[in-house]
Amino acid sequence: MSGDLAGLYQQVILDHSREKHGFGLAPTADASSHQLNPTCGDELTLQLHATDGVIGSVTWEGAGCSISMASASLLHDLAPGLTYDEARERIALFRELMQSRGAGVEDEDELLGDAIVLEGVSKYVARVKCAMLAWVALEADLAQLDAAH
Amino acid sequence: MELATPLADAEVLRLRRDFPALNQQVHGRDLVYLDSGATSQKPVSVLDAERSFYEHENSAVHRGAHTLAANATELFENARATVARFVGARENEIVWTSNATEGLNLIAYGMSNASLGRGGADAARFVLTEGDEILTTEGEHHANLVPWQELAARTGATLRHIPVADDGTLRMDEAERLITGRTKLVTFTHVSNVTGVLNPVDDLVRMARAVGALVVLDACQSAPHRVLDLAALDVDFAVFSGHKMLAPTGIGVLYGRAELLDALPPFLTGGSMITTVTLEASGYLPAPQRFEAGTQKVSQAIALAAAVDYLSSVGMDRIERWESELGARLVGGFSAIPGVRVLGPGTGVHRAGLVSVDVDGVHAHDVGQFLDDRGIAVRVGHHCAQPLHRRFGVTASTRASAYLYNTTADVDAAIDALAGVRAFFGASS
Ligand SMILES: Cc1ncc(COP(=O)(O)O)c(C=O)c1O
Repeated sequence: MSGDLAGLYQQVILDHSREKHGFGLAPTADASSHQLNPTCGDELTLQLHATDGVIGSVTWEGAGCSISMASASLLHDLAPGLTYDEARERIALFRELMQSRGAGVEDEDELLGDAIVLEGVSKYVARVKCAMLAWVALEADLAQLDAAH
Repeated sequence: MELATPLADAEVLRLRRDFPALNQQVHGRDLVYLDSGATSQKPVSVLDAERSFYEHENSAVHRGAHTLAANATELFENARATVARFVGARENEIVWTSNATEGLNLIAYGMSNASLGRGGADAARFVLTEGDEILTTEGEHHANLVPWQELAARTGATLRHIPVADDGTLRMDEAERLITGRTKLVTFTHVSNVTGVLNPVDDLVRMARAVGALVVLDACQSAPHRVLDLAALDVDFAVFSGHKMLAPTGIGVLYGRAELLDALPPFLTGGSMITTVTLEASGYLPAPQRFEAGTQKVSQAIALAAAVDYLSSVGMDRIERWESELGARLVGGFSAIPGVRVLGPGTGVHRAGLVSVDVDGVHAHDVGQFLDDRGIAVRVGHHCAQPLHRRFGVTASTRASAYLYNTTADVDAAIDALAGVRAFFGASS
């Protein structure tokens, strides 16, 4: 196995892809969006539950590769307690990280928590979309809440 | 007749030297290219043919009287003759397209135009109205499905499909039931790009003929890999893409029986396909020119002829047999791995040299990534055949597809790598 592959599939990622924190949709949510990656058929629905501008939790369901599943699971762990703006900031930073082609970004540890284990994905341009799927869904959820106000 | 010696690893390794792209390393391993079903690699003779055209003959074909133009036109039309011979057709039955997808759209839009009254009485057999049916199959590439969905929507015709059985073969009992007096067109792939199944062309043609329906054959996965005689198969139209048969991208072929091509209204219109043009209306050239509007894909067509020459020099019968051996080896090896399910026919069934699998507990993308790390290139995803994947209860699969430059060692490397996938991803049962 090459070092790159080990970097891509860190044990934390493989664990999250199986454990899927936050998997299972709630009967209601404050916002919900469905995302599809048409090239590989990965699909994900992500619900946002919030109170007074602060994220309480995200719940999700979907089917896809280990990267997309682990990424949603990691996002579930990261999101609670963030304000909408903080969440948007994290999403922007995560997107930057994914586009860094392995170079990483500043403040990633502090702001992205365990999700930085996905840094290895940025070396595989074809997989960036997989990692982004849940984050794009959260972004769409936040936009829904904005539009509702 | 003396039988040519079968292809074997030693000769294949010699052929492989003709393909520069195959001689490289990926992640520190020798590249094992098993994605020719998506697109093939190109031999030096094909690359040289294209380059040589630009170095010597480059000029506009069918236009102008200067020497270069005459030479270019000759090469361009010779290429058509070469390809025609290769598939058992006449020269005026070969239309250059950019790929198979465009060929299928050309037929669909020609019929659409006929249905709007273009082409007059000659085009009557292409007219579709409400109550007419177009019949495709559940196992098609999207290229042989979406254009017919659109054609049905534009004309009011109904699109039906022949279902696929659990083993990947077409439900011929259903075909029998579905092909009726209402059926105007039957379209299906010769070889499935997902299961490697060979569809029964003769039976389908016979059924279609009995009701007067037109037959379209998607030959994308057959023309590159087996002896093809379109006249003998008695289909009305066929399409294939050059890039899957050692030629460059940007060139494809539409075959049509001469009398049909001369009656089908054009799809793309403009220069080079006309007789007399006034400000109000125009007359059209006979086929194939009436379907070749605008500046043509000259260097690509010439390179396709070089590709066909290369394939012919090896021998399509030998290539077909070799790939069928590799296909059997792939399916045998894959299906023996616990947790791996082959989509379509299992061992012991005649198949093309391609096999798609579902790996229990591991997504196809992850499978592909793992194999890539060992230098093995396979295709992952739905291979542009979502309905067929849905039929098998999966959204994606992993496909290994062989060509004349693959050895048994390539196949064994893929089997060996696939056997390690579930353990790596912790999916062991
Ligand atoms: C069976 C089949 N039909 C049609 C196509 C479409 O070919 P192209 O994309 O070259 O037009 C393909 C190639 O992917 C194929 O395998």
